[in-house]
Amino acid sequence: MTRLPAWVEYLLIPLMNLALAFAVTAIIVLIIGESPIEALSVLINGAFVYEGALGYTLYYTTSLIFTGLAVAVAFHARLFNIGGEGQAYLGGLGALLVALALQDWLPGLLMIPLCILGAAAFGALWALIPGWLQAYRGSHIVITTIMFNFIGAGIMVGLLSGSLMRPGQSNPESYLFEDSARMPQLHTLLSEVGIEIGRSPLNLSIIFAALACIGVWLLIWRTRWGYALRAMGESEPAAHYAGVPVPRMIVTAMCISGGLAGLMAINTVMGDQGKVTLQFPAGFGFTGIAVALMGRSHPFGIVLAAFLFGALLQGGTELDFEFKTITREMVLLIQGLIILFSGALSLMFVPWMERRFARKVSE
Amino acid sequence: MTYLDFLLIFDSSLRLATPLILCAMAGLVSERAGIVDIGLEGKLLGGAFAAAAVATITGSAWLGLFAAIACSVLLSMIHGFACITHKGEQIISGIAINILASGATVVASVALFSRGGQTPTLDRDERFSPIDLPGAEALADVPYAGPFYKELISGHTLPVYIAMIAVPLVWWLLWRTRFGLRLRAVGEMPAAVDSAGLSVTWLRYRALIIAGILCGIAGAFLSTAHGAGFVREMSAGKGYIALAAMIFGKWRPWPVLAACLLFGFLEAGANRMQGTPLPVVGEVPIEVVLILPYIATVVLLAGFFGKATPPRALGTPYRKER
Repeated sequence: MTRLPAWVEYLLIPLMNLALAFAVTAIIVLIIGESPIEALSVLINGAFVYEGALGYTLYYTTSLIFTGLAVAVAFHARLFNIGGEGQAYLGGLGALLVALALQDWLPGLLMIPLCILGAAAFGALWALIPGWLQAYRGSHIVITTIMFNFIGAGIMVGLLSGSLMRPGQSNPESYLFEDSARMPQLHTLLSEVGIEIGRSPLNLSIIFAALACIGVWLLIWRTRWGYALRAMGESEPAAHYAGVPVPRMIVTAMCISGGLAGLMAINTVMGDQGKVTLQFPAGFGFTGIAVALMGRSHPFGIVLAAFLFGALLQGGTELDFEFKTITREMVLLIQGLIILFSGALSLMFVPWMERRFARKVSE
Repeated sequence: MTYLDFLLIFDSSLRLATPLILCAMAGLVSERAGIVDIGLEGKLLGGAFAAAAVATITGSAWLGLFAAIACSVLLSMIHGFACITHKGEQIISGIAINILASGATVVASVALFSRGGQTPTLDRDERFSPIDLPGAEALADVPYAGPFYKELISGHTLPVYIAMIAVPLVWWLLWRTRFGLRLRAVGEMPAAVDSAGLSVTWLRYRALIIAGILCGIAGAFLSTAHGAGFVREMSAGKGYIALAAMIFGKWRPWPVLAACLLFGFLEAGANRMQGTPLPVVGEVPIEVVLILPYIATVVLLAGFFGKATPPRALGTPYRKER
């Protein structure tokens, strides 16, 4: 087998897969009877140009960095955590419970870190059980995390329409977070020092997302634990014979993964809505899978992929206003195509490329 | 509650179980051949849209059914192309199909009908209507057996009866035919099938075609028999419950049927109990009752009662030795 040059493997092939996904989308737009170029320019304007657009894009990027990192950490151990959606949902509950319990006597400086911990802890808890079941009972993590998404959603509906429901509401949603438990938004912070930017829900969570990226990078590539995790991903029996406590590693990896997914709640719940609403993760947990796949499970790649998807999501809302026949669900379609081409069909071009490069070498 | 009330609950359980049965059988055939099928949900949704769209345009429920089957088989073939031909990750491919379907169905229905992702409501003659079995009215006065026949057995739409037939059919196909033996062998030990001179690829593709057909029928049931048109996300997790039922039934047709009926019964019971307080716990929101199938499946998977052993080669692409 010929090894491909690094630039082909890490740059050219991913870009070709991405281009294919966009090419298919362009064909679909043509079939619908609109111009793909016009659709693209609406997307780009919606994502970057309009006032506050970039803020929204970065706000979505923040959520996707958390859910993308969550998938990536588990994936380094060959564990498919597709429960990010449920873990983020429960993360919102964790932040809410901490905020409600402590809001009467704790200042903001302590409140926010504790709420963040609450979000991470509940997310971790929701991944701990599937992780434990995989490690000690051999239940398949994919199936259990899917089931836990639904179980979590059921519990949250029960709570949000029950004991945590804010009185006087017609829709199930929680009590409000006190101001001390809200993540400060960037446009208010900047206007205090005299810089005016467009209004957007972009908040300080983005700094925590950046810290999480650095933390994950250090953890996976610069610690013993990370080395053991990657060894486990390469070959579980080999790691076991080398003395890695595989079951315990599975449980901790899943907890870290779930904790990261839970942190998504600090961005949406504490940074924007100020309350826990029904289905607030809104598919970001699933988009995290696409982000991790495109980003090759590396924090740097994840930031780029999260930005791409964040821009698509924000730009996609603009499609609703500009076109009669195209809506933001087009972005969901693009997302599915990207997962298909960069994930499931990621090896499609490899044999062909290998043949090309083998010929070059032999010449 | 009277005898008739019970019959009506069972009757609606049967209807709610129909898409589960068809999808779970689809998953069973596919997973017995070694292909993980998380994409059941997407195929169900795609089928539901195709059926409603074509029935709206042509006015024929039958053409809708065929379109649903075609759409669902197409999604199955994408799955096959990714994970049989290109040996891609089956779970990722399944997720891709689910997301693709939930985006594409809305995009297509907005483009075709511009009604915010729905299709127009179908008339009675554009849908599958209930079939009254012979003698249902005549026997209605016979105590117990009469209402049982009239309410529970008779008066369902065609896809419900197809689902009922699908279970023995899948059993017969997989356990009583040569094709079935080979198909199951491909899920346990593809190398053995390969060395017997049979094509692992073609066998697995055929399993996926069968799965596509079954999911397509389930989709048509949702939008042209049970409902009267397509609504966005109308599969509402049924594909995943079917997956749970398939595991709960340990990849065997009759236990899987039992699991589907149980899950259908839970949903029917929850619908009926809505708003009435239960002893001890008080009023339970329907969403909480609806998570019971998932909890049951997790407990089963944990090995606390029985053990669910998947086909041995499940999830691994077959690579021929060179």
